[in-house]
Amino acid sequence: MEKLVIAGREFSSRLFLGTGKFDSNALMAKAIEASGTEMVTVAMKRVELEDKEDDLLTHVVRPGIQLLPNTSGVRNAEEAVFAAQMAREAFGTNWLKLEIHPDPRYLLPDSTETLKATEELVKLGFVVLPYCQADPTLCKHLEEAGAATVMPLGAPIGTNKGLQTRDFLRIIIEQANVPVVVDAGIGAPSHAAEAMEMGASACLVNTAIAVAGDPVAMAAAFKQAVEAGRTAYEAGLGLQAENMVAEASSPLTAFLNE
Amino acid sequence: MKVWVNNKEVETAAVSLASLVEDLSLPAQGIAVAVENRMVPRTQWADYALSEGMRVVVVKAACGG
Amino acid sequence: MFSEELEKISWDETTERINAKTDADVRRALAKEHCDVEDFMALVSPAAAPYLEIMARLSRKYTEERFGKTISMFIPLYLTNSCTNSCVYCGFHISNPMRRTILTEEEIVNEYKAIKKLAPFENLLMVTGENPAKAGVPYLARALDLAKPYFSNLKIEVMPLKAEEYAELKGHGMNGVICFQETYNKAHYNIYHPRGMKSKFEWRLNGFDRMGQAGVHSIGMGVLIGLEKEWRTDVTMMAYHLRYLQKHYWRTKYSVNFPRMRPSENGGFQPNVVMSDRELAQVTFAMRIFDHDVDISYSTRESAAFRDHMATLGVTTMSAESKTEPGGYFTYPQALEQFHVSDERTAAEVEAALRRVGREPVWKDWDASFDLKSYA
Repeated sequence: MEKLVIAGREFSSRLFLGTGKFDSNALMAKAIEASGTEMVTVAMKRVELEDKEDDLLTHVVRPGIQLLPNTSGVRNAEEAVFAAQMAREAFGTNWLKLEIHPDPRYLLPDSTETLKATEELVKLGFVVLPYCQADPTLCKHLEEAGAATVMPLGAPIGTNKGLQTRDFLRIIIEQANVPVVVDAGIGAPSHAAEAMEMGASACLVNTAIAVAGDPVAMAAAFKQAVEAGRTAYEAGLGLQAENMVAEASSPLTAFLNE
Repeated sequence: MKVWVNNKEVETAAVSLASLVEDLSLPAQGIAVAVENRMVPRTQWADYALSEGMRVVVVKAACGG
Repeated sequence: MFSEELEKISWDETTERINAKTDADVRRALAKEHCDVEDFMALVSPAAAPYLEIMARLSRKYTEERFGKTISMFIPLYLTNSCTNSCVYCGFHISNPMRRTILTEEEIVNEYKAIKKLAPFENLLMVTGENPAKAGVPYLARALDLAKPYFSNLKIEVMPLKAEEYAELKGHGMNGVICFQETYNKAHYNIYHPRGMKSKFEWRLNGFDRMGQAGVHSIGMGVLIGLEKEWRTDVTMMAYHLRYLQKHYWRTKYSVNFPRMRPSENGGFQPNVVMSDRELAQVTFAMRIFDHDVDISYSTRESAAFRDHMATLGVTTMSAESKTEPGGYFTYPQALEQFHVSDERTAAEVEAALRRVGREPVWKDWDASFDLKSYA
């Protein structure tokens, strides 16, 4: 499997993990380990002064793991820039998963604000990985604004519906000069494998692992699926369509024999 | 003096952001502090004087995708 | 710039890879809806020869899906045969003792009027040799200005320009640029282009980046078949180049050409290889299967019968009744042409033939209706 390179950093694993919705931090830490991931997202929240809960970072920070703070909770570009600066300060990394979803129901990314924020954050020195609609034109604009990857959604977040946007993802992958990470909607290892077979650079998975019957085993399953899909992509897929139906005569090319 | 920390009123003897963080037993690492919606880098905490009614936000890591 | 990309692609290794393609590689490429350059290599390889009928069917299917049953018609106008280059295969070679002409403004307008009498052409391709002192950017700008009342879509096929010069000509209504790299074999390029500005391989190659940077709407590419024996390698390099340009200048529309030299063309230079109709058909189908959206253009270099067949199998753009000498439509109907035209039918005859094979000739398919800058 070729190594994935984002902003000059090499990754052996093409599976990124989200840390939401796990039953416990301990379980999450085991799932992270089983997934083999080298990129883990974290959100931010306001500190509760009385509550001395255990620190998430102790379960996530490992050698070889790139922390990817997200901007979850912001509703526009201005808030995103503020959140990004807080994240850089708190976690000591300039890597950022930019996500701006003003709508609380479906958490759909706001394209215009995401583009605006990407432009500003790149100027401020951030490595920006924007979560975005599976919109090929938007992805080109994000790339031109300096995004380190694009992270189009496969389906509405949390739905586990797989690659509902596959026709657009294919165009995005074909046109991109930056890695394409499929984010959101991946509900089963087969979805991740499909994304990787199409030529996606990586997948970001959270819900499908966190809410599985056995999240640790599911993390391992996703690891294998992502590797299998990528390896298949690099190997070159075999026959897929009915284009090969032969015909006895040559009605279209007979003129070439004249 | 009274300041607001994450929308809660806090009575403190601290005079700087650095001493406030210490006073509230916040971890030195893994957090970020903003005053009036502007991030204050930790290198400036010691010199950043508190004032009455100041609005401070402290964030830390949380689970999320 | 593409020159940096091309450095990474070995000509010899690519040739070996193409020749090593197997039946299974071809079948795999045919089964894909979206091919990469590796698949393109399989489709142009000798291993694909038995699949020509299937390739034709796919090529027709993809073409009809994207373009319908239409052929976009254009006509070239040679503004000058004056040229400072010495390309060994070209009739405008500097040492060729021929009469040189640079059309005057009056002559240019006469040519425009004469073209409009042939057929309702709206797509005009203005062609020059390379003589920047006498037929440079200001001359082209003037010719573009004069063309506006007659044509809605103006393209140029001239020497590579600077990005700002392309941008300047855009301001005069230029919508597209055609430029043939001729060959991507850098090691051999100067054998064919020994002197003059055209001898500068990178300047020509990176001209396409400059067009993209200038925001040219339409870019036409081409490999001159007959220079390199390994024409499969040459068209593969063009496929790489096309993908590169599409990725970087994604607002631009692309077209490809496969002009092939025939023996005895211009008397002097003999082509190093002669591509058969069957091979040109294979390359055309391969290009369409590789890229469903690219315009594939056939000029009147190709014979009437071959063009009529290929019009339904992947070709989307054609010229008709072309004269390849300056002033050939009105002013100097007898001057020496750049290359010999095979399809000598009138535009009306070509139109009738296309209709007979179920294709609608489209004379006008582009206008600057909403391009605010084009009125600046």
